Amino acid sequence: MKTDAITLRVNGVSHELADVDPTTPLLWILRDTLGLTGTKFGCGMAQCGACTVHVNGRATRCCVLPVADLDGAEITTIEGLSPDGEHPVQRAWKEHHVPQCGYCQAGQIMSAAALLADVPKPTDEEIDRGMGGNICRCGTYTRIRAAIHTAAGEGSR
Amino acid sequence: MRALPRFYLASVLTVSVLGACTARSTIDPQEAEVQLAKAHAAFDVVYGVLQHPRCLNCHPAGERPLQFDTSVPHTMNVVRGDDDRGMAGMRCESCHGRSNAALPHLPPGVSTGWRLAPREMVFEGLSRGELAEMLMDPERSHMEPDELLEHVEHDPLVKWGWSPGSGRRAVETPHEEFVAAFRTWIEAGAPAPQ
Repeated sequence: MKTDAITLRVNGVSHELADVDPTTPLLWILRDTLGLTGTKFGCGMAQCGACTVHVNGRATRCCVLPVADLDGAEITTIEGLSPDGEHPVQRAWKEHHVPQCGYCQAGQIMSAAALLADVPKPTDEEIDRGMGGNICRCGTYTRIRAAIHTAAGEGSR
Repeated sequence: MRALPRFYLASVLTVSVLGACTARSTIDPQEAEVQLAKAHAAFDVVYGVLQHPRCLNCHPAGERPLQFDTSVPHTMNVVRGDDDRGMAGMRCESCHGRSNAALPHLPPGVSTGWRLAPREMVFEGLSRGELAEMLMDPERSHMEPDELLEHVEHDPLVKWGWSPGSGRRAVETPHEEFVAAFRTWIEAGAPAPQ
């Protein structure tokens, strides 16, 4: 089924999508239509968090999010989190050498950034709760937690 | 909103059934018993629906939502948060969109946004009497009786229970029958079963 044009604003740029199946998950619009391949496909079921982007500032799994539900929404992907990769979370990620294989890390960083936007100084428990939907097969969780504390300006604990 | 005269109706029914104050009662005691039985029967329908997984799962006794037809704690250690919509970084809307996904095993969605009921509005583990008393206590249900009726009749999140998407058991009692039973019970004074 095709639909009329949908307007998406991604990383500050408006995109008119014409003749798109309204059930298409946002992930495939980002990757296949707009070429923003930093956002990864993991499970395709909103179970792993690899596909996390921001929709109107909230961490959102875009692998199950129909594009028809997003007309006019403000979307931020890992490419748009900062112009130069120097978002505090990205800097902390580098400082702590968080990634191992790296596949889940774009989603991890987007969830961490959303968490810090709402809770600037999260506790360990708040980090565990807020990041609980982002799975890392390599087991980088301890470095993720430390990096979030660093990004929050608290240093490693 | 205007509240229904539930306390008046409940008092008349109760007093009549007990046989006290019969000189002032305008309701025949036997008729009152019949009406009370009808009200309780209506509440049985209500109770059956509210204990269905589609309703119960978002009215848990605690901080964690339930899921699936077996009402087990939500995966990923999901908790309600301060506004009943999840924690910072992992909100309900992080996975639950504005509509049900077409494929099975995906998080369901609803147009008004996914959320838990307030933590005081518990369905899980309550007996018939306890649930009836909770519903009629605005401190816990956060609604007056007419607001409850509006909620069960029109709230998209409630009506989602009858259209839960692929792979989930819908509420078996027809929605119209549920609303009618709820109305019957409230208009009878919302008597709590013992």
